[in-house]
Amino acid sequence: MTTLTEAQAQHVASPGSPPPLLEVRGLRKRFSLSGDFLDQLRFKGGRLVRHREFVHAINGVDLAIQRGEALCVVGESGCGKSTVARTVMGLISPSAGEIRYAGERIDRLSPKALLPYRKRMQMIFQNPYASLNPRMTIQQTLEEPIRLHHPDWDRRRVRDKVTEVMAAVGIEPDWGGRFGHEFSGGQRQRIAIARALAVDPEFIVADEPISALDVSIQAQVLNLLMDAQRERDLTYLFITHDLAVVEHFGTRVAVMYLGTVCEVATTATLFATPRHPYTQALLSAIPRLEDDRPQPIRLTGEVPTPVNLPSGCVFHGRCPHAEPRCRREVPVLRPQADGSRVACHAVEEGRL
Amino acid sequence: MTTSTPAASRWQRLRDSYLLYSFKRDWGAQLCLAILLALVTMALLAPWLAPTDPYDLAQIDILNSELPPFWIDGADTRYALGTDAQGRDLWSIILYGTRVSLLIGFGAVLLQALLGVVFGLLAGYLGGRIDAFLMRLADIQLSFSTLMVAIVVGAVVKATLGGGFYSNHAVLMLILIIGLAEWPQYARTVRASVLGEKRKEYVDAAKVMGLGSRRIMFRHVLPNTLTPIFVISTVQVANAIISEAALSFLGLGMPETHPSLGSLIKAGFDYLQSGSWWITLVPGAVLVVLVLSINLLGDWLRDVMNPRLYKG
Repeated sequence: MTTLTEAQAQHVASPGSPPPLLEVRGLRKRFSLSGDFLDQLRFKGGRLVRHREFVHAINGVDLAIQRGEALCVVGESGCGKSTVARTVMGLISPSAGEIRYAGERIDRLSPKALLPYRKRMQMIFQNPYASLNPRMTIQQTLEEPIRLHHPDWDRRRVRDKVTEVMAAVGIEPDWGGRFGHEFSGGQRQRIAIARALAVDPEFIVADEPISALDVSIQAQVLNLLMDAQRERDLTYLFITHDLAVVEHFGTRVAVMYLGTVCEVATTATLFATPRHPYTQALLSAIPRLEDDRPQPIRLTGEVPTPVNLPSGCVFHGRCPHAEPRCRREVPVLRPQADGSRVACHAVEEGRL
Repeated sequence: MTTSTPAASRWQRLRDSYLLYSFKRDWGAQLCLAILLALVTMALLAPWLAPTDPYDLAQIDILNSELPPFWIDGADTRYALGTDAQGRDLWSIILYGTRVSLLIGFGAVLLQALLGVVFGLLAGYLGGRIDAFLMRLADIQLSFSTLMVAIVVGAVVKATLGGGFYSNHAVLMLILIIGLAEWPQYARTVRASVLGEKRKEYVDAAKVMGLGSRRIMFRHVLPNTLTPIFVISTVQVANAIISEAALSFLGLGMPETHPSLGSLIKAGFDYLQSGSWWITLVPGAVLVVLVLSINLLGDWLRDVMNPRLYKG
């Protein structure tokens, strides 16, 4: 393949501009399904062979997040969006590819060398019922990151900081002596956000932060995240499967399908003119109140298993526009006239 | 978000806890705790409660041997529970013996818990080769019974350092033997709950914060695995006391000059058929009551702390 990848194309396009805050190139992650070495040995045709199977969770993801934006990653369950988030945060080590933060490669750093980056990038988790240690008070939970990253601060300064972040997320500072289980889901998620904000990060990975919450609380927490972004100049990588949230929250959107990014565009462009057949199907599935809305695009079949990936474009089995080329050749993200990037042969050939 | 009462203190939380609530309503548990506390207090205060010092040879008269307890004719009023074959006051020697038994029981469990918790945490949290190695080690350890370990270690120590050394340091030796033989019980329990805990998001949150593995293991994961540790601790104390008694009965435990409940039973066993049954049966009854009360208390604790029955 001689075509430029998205990241390379971007560098050629703007050689003088500052590097993106976070850049992911060619990221791959596979998880072994086959257990340890002895479990992998199989007896086949009279010979012992080593048989290994993998779940291919991410297959070559390229993403760049500019300072100050909120990049939303959407896709259905199991498409690898959470794996991307966890790999970016270093909770999982990638099988291949690189992750750069402000131009510096961070995916191969030792835990100690990573510590300064831990202060700059934080994470908010999906389940607020599991993300707070049940044996620690809120005060202890919030003090821990501050003490770790500011060992020189005295007790009073730490306490002042905790009071400040608690006030910032709308939690009464005198609730510090309580435990996580004494709070509701929305309050717990506020506390988890306060914990992330406590070290004054500039980049936050939010892995479906509102999907475990009650609908009436979702908007509150979402607005809290948006206020924090405005006040603290934050950059978000926001993982979600809720398209309404994306429309409200995101500056740009990346659509993922089976471990690959199929379309990246600004929110307005994506919702107005989706280019990739999967994005079109996804957007047409949003329930709307209009009477004259077009019929939703019905995709046939199921998402293929990530154990045996389809050849060529991962979407070709369900795509209404698939051609023989789609079965052979893996499409790459290509810049379009409207500024979006789409990985689709049909779009490239002008068939769509 | 309308409640803004100040946070409850530790004492207040204990008073409101389900543990105390259930304890107040369970007279069996109350009785067991009362008996256990009484026995522990008696053992601790043995030098003040005992009328004679059984370790002081000057206070023993062989002519007083095998005197019956007070409710049988021929009893001496100085010896309420009678005397043993060497003329020692049975009441005094039971107090001192309970002391030795409890010391060995709690000491051995402390050692077991220390080894088991550290190995279990490492195996469960780090996983991989360390897990495989430690768990195979535990399997090997479990395949030897405590008695066999004790016999082998006892024989080796006696052969290399002499029998005198063994009996002089018998308490320490027994704590080491029982502690080393039973650590896999703790390691397996701790590992199992660590495997459950380490998948929860608060562990990921601690990693993202940048905390080191050691701090995550001991500050975040360990406090959440304490419930099963408490429950097996009670059972293990009872087990360790029984193991000690069994070893002493076989002559591998405490020497007769410094007896535990087990060696008292053994010492009296020879006189059981000659009519001096109290030398064996009275310490035996104390041992049964002690172990039974600990076991019943552990049973109650397991029911109360079972997350399937009550989610706290």
